[in-house]
This record gives sequence, C-alpha cells and structure tokens, in this order.
Amino acid sequence: MRNQKLVPKVEILHRETSGSRRSSYKVTAFGKTRNQKILISGNEAIAEAAVQAGCRFYAGYPITPQNEIPAYMAKRMPGIGGVFIQSESELAAISMVMGASAAGARAMTSSSSPGISLKQEGISYIAGAELPAVIVNVMRAGPGLGNIWPAQSDYFQAVKGGGHGDYHNIVLAPSSAQEAFDLTMFAFDLADKYRNPVMILSDGMSGQMMEPIVIPEDRKNLLSGICCLTSEKKWAVTGCKDRLPNLVASFRMCLGDTEKLNQHLQGKYKQILADEQRCESVGIDEAEIIIVAYGIMARIAKGAIKTLKAKNIKVGLIRPITLWPFPETQITQILKHRLGRVKYFLVVEMSYGQMVEDVRLAVNGKAKVEFLGRAGGGVPTEEEIIKRLEVISDKL
Amino acid sequence: MDKIFGRPKSLRDIPTHYCSGCGHGIAHRLISEVVDELDIRERIIGVAPIGCAVIAYDYWDFDCCEAAHGRALAVATGIKRVRPEAIVFTYQGDGDLVAIGCAETIHAANRGENLTTVFINNAVYGMTGGQMAPTTLLNQKTATTPFGRDAKSAGYPLKISELLAQLSGVYYVERVSTDSPVKVLAAKRAIKQAFINQIEGKGFSLVEILSACPTYLGMKPTAAVKWVREEMTKEFPLGKIK
Ligand SMILES: Cc1ncc(C[n+]2csc(CCOP(=O)(O)OP(=O)(O)O)c2C)c(N)n1
Ligand code: SF4
Repeated sequence: MRNQKLVPKVEILHRETSGSRRSSYKVTAFGKTRNQKILISGNEAIAEAAVQAGCRFYAGYPITPQNEIPAYMAKRMPGIGGVFIQSESELAAISMVMGASAAGARAMTSSSSPGISLKQEGISYIAGAELPAVIVNVMRAGPGLGNIWPAQSDYFQAVKGGGHGDYHNIVLAPSSAQEAFDLTMFAFDLADKYRNPVMILSDGMSGQMMEPIVIPEDRKNLLSGICCLTSEKKWAVTGCKDRLPNLVASFRMCLGDTEKLNQHLQGKYKQILADEQRCESVGIDEAEIIIVAYGIMARIAKGAIKTLKAKNIKVGLIRPITLWPFPETQITQILKHRLGRVKYFLVVEMSYGQMVEDVRLAVNGKAKVEFLGRAGGGVPTEEEIIKRLEVISDKL
Repeated sequence: MDKIFGRPKSLRDIPTHYCSGCGHGIAHRLISEVVDELDIRERIIGVAPIGCAVIAYDYWDFDCCEAAHGRALAVATGIKRVRPEAIVFTYQGDGDLVAIGCAETIHAANRGENLTTVFINNAVYGMTGGQMAPTTLLNQKTATTPFGRDAKSAGYPLKISELLAQLSGVYYVERVSTDSPVKVLAAKRAIKQAFINQIEGKGFSLVEILSACPTYLGMKPTAAVKWVREEMTKEFPLGKIK
C-alpha cells in the first residue's frame, strides 16, 4: 500500500452561506494527478486525510467548531463504500467506532471539548481492548459548556489518560492544515501499529482556518505508509470461519489477569515513549531562551522569535508534534549539550498551564521554566510573547 | 443408538458461573442452539453486556466483542455496518439495555439497524447486588428500594419492548419467558425468528426474555421462577408485540 497511486481529484465549489462565501470541496473522481495544491480548512484536511488513509467508518455528533468534519464525511463516505453515521451522542459515536474497529475497519470520530469528555468512556475501553482508533478533538474553551472559541485546555485530558485506568492515548498536535493532513494519515498507521487510540489535538482556530495544502502523488516522503490491511488484523471479530473464535475485550475475570493486561499495556507505552517522540526545533543551537509551544500557539511564537532575532535576543523554539509521548528526550539532549547556556524555557499555551508541567519534568531544575498562557478564548498574542521574552532577556 | 440431545456445538463445555436457577444460562443455551440450527457459527458476532452476563463470551464458541455498560447496540452498529455479511447480536440485561443504554437502544432500533437483540429482563441489577432496575415491579423490594418500589419517587416499570414497537425502524419485538419448559421452547422460537429476520435483512429485532434472579429476589429457584410466571407476567405480558 506504500506509494498509493490513487489520489482524488478535488474540485473547489462555492456555496452561499447566509451571504458569506465559503468554499467547500467535492471529490469528483479518483485518478492519477500531480501534486495537488488545494485550499482547505484544517478540519476538512483532517477529514480528507482520514479518507485517504483508508478510514471507512466515521461516527460523530455535531458540535462547533468541528462540524466541517462530519459534514465532509457525510458527503465523502457514500461514494467510496464507507460508512457515515450521525450518532445520538458522543457516547454512542465512540462505541460505534469501537465496534467498527473491532470488526477490522479503520475508524474515526471527531468532536470538540464537551463531546470529548463524553467519549472518555469509550476511549478507555478501546485502550483496554487494544483497538486502533483515531479521535479528533478540535478544542474549544471550557470548562463546562465554555464557548466555541479556540483553546488548548484539554491537554491534561488528552495526554494523561482522560478516562479511567492506566492508559495512554498517542496524541498528535498539528500546527497547520498541511500538518493536519499528514498527521491524520500517520495517526491511522500509529493506531494500527500499536493497537491504541490516537488523538489529533487541534483547536477551533486551526480547524476553521483555510490554508493551501499539497496532497502529494508521491507518498514516499509522507509519514504515513504502512496502511494496515484488514486482512492483517488477525484479532478482529469477523466471524470465526476457518479459525478459533476471537474475543475483543478489556475485561479479565481473574484478579491476576487484569494486572497482566496492565503490565502488557505499560510495556507497549514504554516502546511508544522510546520510538515515537517527535518535535520541531528552531534556532536551538544559539538560543538562551527556548519557547515550548504546540499547535497554533507555536506558529504565533515563531512570529515573536523573528522579531526578537532582529533585536539580538536569542530565542529558540521546541514545538512538540507528539504531545504523548512528550518529546522530553529533545529537551534533555539540549540541556546536556548546552547546559548553562540555555537559561530559560518559556512555555506558551492557550491554557492556564498544562503542558508546562511536562516541560518542568523534562527540564528537571536544570533551567528556569516560565509560563505564559490565556484560556477561555483568549489567545496569547505575538506582542505579549515578545514583551515577556524581553523581560526574561533582561534577567539573563 | 441415535443421539437425540446434546450440547450445542456453539456452547462451550465449561462450568457455569451463574447462580442456580438463573435464567441467563438458559438464554445462552437457546442462542447456541439457534446458531447451530441456522448454521451461522462462522458468521455470527456477539456483543456482550456489562452485567452478570459480562463473560457470556466464555460460554459461546464464536466471535464476540465487549461493550461499555449500555453501549452494546452502538458497538453492534459499528460492527454490522462494516461487516453487513456478519450476523450481529447483542445480549443485554435490563440495567444495560433500559437504563444506562436507553438512548443507544432507542436510536439503534429507530435507525432500523439490521441487528438482533436478546434482552434479559430479571427485574433487578444482578451483578452489582440486587438494586432497582427500570423493570423492577411496584412494591418490589431491592437493595435500593428497601421498602418496595414506590412510583412516587422511583417511577414505574419501564416497558421498553412496547416503547420500541412504536418505532418505524423496528421489525419484530416479542416477549417470552423461561418459567416453564413450554415457554422455553417458545423463547427459542422467538430467538430463532429474530435471527432469521436479520439473515433476511428485515431490520431491528428484539426478544425480551423474562428471567429469574433467585439470588436477589431472595427466593429459592422454584419460587423465583413461580414469581416470574405469576407476578412479572402481569406487568410484562407475554406474546408478540410487533
Ligand atoms: C458506567 C458503569 N456504571 C455502572 C456499572 C456497574 N454495573 C455493572 S452491571 C450493572 C447493572 C447490571 O444489571 P443488568 O443490566 O440488569 O444485568 P444483570 O446483572 O441483572 O444480568 C451495573 C450498574 C458499570 N459497570 N459501568
Ligand atoms: S445474581 Fe441473579 S442474574 Fe446474576 S447470576 Fe445470580 S441469579 Fe443470575
């Protein structure tokens, strides 16, 4: 399945939505096309990437700001023999995904913060039953109903478990529509490889923003490539023809067996921690201050870094791409090689301080860690970041 | 000599974990017999509930999947939609199907999912220690209705089968019982019909089985079965509802 030749032809349509012009995409046919550049929202990039990764089951319940994903899937799935279901709730959607995945299909659901809270039940079962699944959280402001404005306040929920039990999601944080596309495809591979839930952690701003992306014909350089076939999922429930019956379950009747399952899961997580940490690093070799930010926040931080470079303040950036496993190795390596020279880390989040805890653990007292954050719809601005960095710079 | 009665192929030869007089074992066996008779063992996928029947899959010798408490019909929907050629059923208690899973039940039925549901109504929560179920009878004493179920504070027995029968997506609903050998045979006929409906693509079918839980009725098995026959059937009349 590597180097899949078939990519869809995407046609840009325009539809009038209460006076405002919004574009949407219609996939007309599959055929060979050159690297295609299309204008697409972050949400739709995720949906199309899922389809191209072989996702053939989607279930979800409407919630802003991720409604583009179910709408896209509703249009796209019937033409490719896929299934779209608007479920009665997020509880049902994630359980439907569990069923589809248990039966061997690549399956996805998406939602935004309040809906993701409801999905925690199913995610915990999926982790316990060791099923692959992709879950998209286009984060909005909380707590409670919060509001539809973008936020990064679900970091703890995503990376520390979220539901009950000792389990981990693999969590990927795209910072552009292109990366949303690439990481979503990759998410399906990771999910199959580790038989584990993978969460795409986006936000309302990244989801709504339209950006050009390239859907390359040549997939060699894409992260994705394994594309696990259903026939390889020997554990799936498909009807026990010519084999012993399969069972997909997290439950173990005997006391020691649940502990054994936990030990097995921990072994898997250790492997993921060792093999799957990913981040982007910018200007690390010179930096005295390192910003740590993910998703849209990292892009805003990049703007600030540019301005400060002109003022000769040496700031670098670490942008975690995997939030779990958190790229702690990168941070410990930097501290090993540049101990004493990197004096400050500044963690910038659209939250009141969640990822900063993981940065503190990785830095482990070897440099100072400061935090800048806003939440509830507030987004730290380039100016705020610059101002804060200037204050830190004065302390150097 | 011809062997005229034996263990169904789809039922494993293992000791039961159910209490004596419990209806679950009978229902498990009936499903296995039907699976053998319809020759669908290699096509069938069972979805087990959370409740006393959580390890129903230990007894059934075919593919099975777990579901969170109440979500069996959502899980079954996912399986069936990606494997339309499979025969998919859920097996659920009254807490699972009528209380916590009420939304999943109604909506799977309303979508007309081509699924089969075997619903065990024993009027209590067995697994968690005999608390009130949505189907607990008025005045029935349970761990959480120590003075008897009072409609004023705990509402009325919920007749989900009658409720589901109203939905256009539902093809077949029948209420049966396991309180006598004759009724057990009728129960088997209903289960078989519910599977045949799925094979023929007719849509959602549900069989409600009135079943004894002697342990939490606080009765001997024979008395519990008699209670099902005499008390439960007054509130939950037997027969084809749709
Ligand atoms: C989310 C959740 N809430 C509560 C429970 C505890 N629980 C397990 S089984 C059950 C009720 C079982 O009753 P029923 O469905 O009638 O099945 P029975 O045991 O009587 O066969 C409950 C409340 C659970 N497992 N999960
Ligand atoms: S508690 Fe009741 S339902 Fe559970 S096994 Fe015992 S008799 Fe059956």
